[in-house]
Amino acid sequence: MEPVLESSEAIHLQNVVFGYDRRNPVLHVEELIVKTGKRVFLYGPSGSGKTTLLGLITGILQPQSGSCKVLGQEMTRMSMSARDQLRGSEIGYIFQSLNLIPYLTVQQNVALPCHIHARRRKNIVAPTVNEEVQRLINRLELDTHIDRGVKKLSTGQQQRVAIARAIIGKPRLVIADEPTSSLDTDRQQAFLELLFEVCDEAKATLVFVSHDRSLMTRFDEQIALSEVSRVSA
Amino acid sequence: MMILQLAFRSLWSRKFTSSLTVFSIALSMLLLVGVNRIRKGTQVGFEGTLSQTDLIVGPRGGSLPLLLYSVFHIGTANNNISYATYQHFAHHPAVLWTIPISMGDSHRGFRVVATDDNFYEHYRYRGDNSLALAQGSRPEGIFDAVLGSTVASQLHYHLGQKIVLSHGLEGSFLKHTADPYTVVGILKRTATPVDRAIYITLLGDEAMHLGWEHGAPPLNPIPESQIHASDLHIDEISAFLLRTKSRIGTLFLQREINTYKPEPLTAIIPALTLEDLWSVLSAADVALTLVSAAVLIVGLMVMLTALYTALNERRREIAILRTLGLHARQIFTLIILESTLISALGALIGVAAAYAVLFLVRVPVENNYGIPLAMVGISSRVVYYVIAAVGAGTLLGFIPAIRAYRNALVDGLNAG
Repeated sequence: MEPVLESSEAIHLQNVVFGYDRRNPVLHVEELIVKTGKRVFLYGPSGSGKTTLLGLITGILQPQSGSCKVLGQEMTRMSMSARDQLRGSEIGYIFQSLNLIPYLTVQQNVALPCHIHARRRKNIVAPTVNEEVQRLINRLELDTHIDRGVKKLSTGQQQRVAIARAIIGKPRLVIADEPTSSLDTDRQQAFLELLFEVCDEAKATLVFVSHDRSLMTRFDEQIALSEVSRVSA
Repeated sequence: MMILQLAFRSLWSRKFTSSLTVFSIALSMLLLVGVNRIRKGTQVGFEGTLSQTDLIVGPRGGSLPLLLYSVFHIGTANNNISYATYQHFAHHPAVLWTIPISMGDSHRGFRVVATDDNFYEHYRYRGDNSLALAQGSRPEGIFDAVLGSTVASQLHYHLGQKIVLSHGLEGSFLKHTADPYTVVGILKRTATPVDRAIYITLLGDEAMHLGWEHGAPPLNPIPESQIHASDLHIDEISAFLLRTKSRIGTLFLQREINTYKPEPLTAIIPALTLEDLWSVLSAADVALTLVSAAVLIVGLMVMLTALYTALNERRREIAILRTLGLHARQIFTLIILESTLISALGALIGVAAAYAVLFLVRVPVENNYGIPLAMVGISSRVVYYVIAAVGAGTLLGFIPAIRAYRNALVDGLNAG
């Protein structure tokens, strides 16, 4: 992999056009910039192409045209497996719900990124992966559930395990796709608090996607998807 | 390595469906390997029953029936050969030894075989094993009997026991009650049909039938005490086993016996006749193998269905693994590994079960049907079956794996 240059922009999308088939682009982003180290709130109602945009940022999807720079690397010029590599080692991802592999325990779920990517393993704070998992579990107050199957956890607990897995091994970018919409209002605030804290500790840029504008004031920057993206009919 | 662990844990989390699939594959492997091993076991068992005998000679007739009744005690002898003819060939210059056999009576379901000392001296099984007495001695007197080990153990007979023989086979109501025999010896176990018979002397056989010339008990049976060896002479025997002095002599002698003018005879080479038997049975073997193979295909289809239907529930799992940086081809590998693990586990359990069954049934089969069944090792055929099952399982895994691979690329983060 080419050396990663330290850039002030974690994400820079320009004239990105994407469609599941060539004739019907579903997303057209003229420009989207996320500065390194910022907490960014990306607002968009459901169906506005948020998840598709995240697919492009994480390199799971490839745009038909345009430039898609993530963590200083031009995704459109990388092979599929190089993009997989970048995503796994540098990006933590949190889904709206059902974030966890159902047949693994809490411990195994959290440790997974370190087993897949050497870079995540190298960045851990504790001396071993197990101790690092334990540290994060303690940090997220999930201590008693470490060897349990994930199906027995409450939604709130599952989302916290998802934070732990996203943040282990200090990825440079954390993307959360509606992570609070399955939680009630009280828990949303606590969840957000925790997410901010661990992202700060890992010095990760946070992209938080939601349709719920009540949370947006707590972010450094707010971007409405409708402003950056023109969805062609 | 990590993918393998994921595959294991994923299968383990679906214990119920996974074990059902493994079970169905194991069952079909059990059939496939079982049919093959039982056939092989029977072959080895039959071939081990008689060794070093070059020719079996009996009255003119089919070679297979002659082999089956004279050595394996299956079926009955319809005709006899004269004792004079036997004597002629017993003293033939090309002949090393002969064992006369006379049959037709039974005792509680076990055959009675009349023979002479040559039987104890020259009979060989499984290479160079000869008969040995566990207790007692060879029969000397007219009313002496020696028991095969199975006869002794099943009927709980001991030395000195008086036994009454029946005319003909099991269930016959014609009993030689006038002339009870005495057990004087019990043979060591040979794990061949030898264990399932009672041995008396040729003269004893004649004594039993003294006065039976018309096929029914004499009206005034002669008491045992009044029968003396000197009063008896042997007229006929059922067949005899023979060993020639040189292997080359065997074919010449066989021809000589088959064209023997004074009496129509049949001489067979046991190994060749057994080959005929296997070729007769091979059609049944092929049919059973095809049925077992069909069952294996059904088992693999069950696996395919289970893996394929599970894919819908696993779209979220695949999306998560993708965000964690697994390549689409690693998702493909994960699904393939699952099908390989299921089919490998099923195949191994099936093979182990087949050997367990063979081990468990061989004594009952030998005891109840008189079919010698040997314990046989892993053959190349069994290895091929395992390779075929695992290979087919892996290949079938491509179907869900390709779909999972596509989902991984197309669904992206939308799954679930």
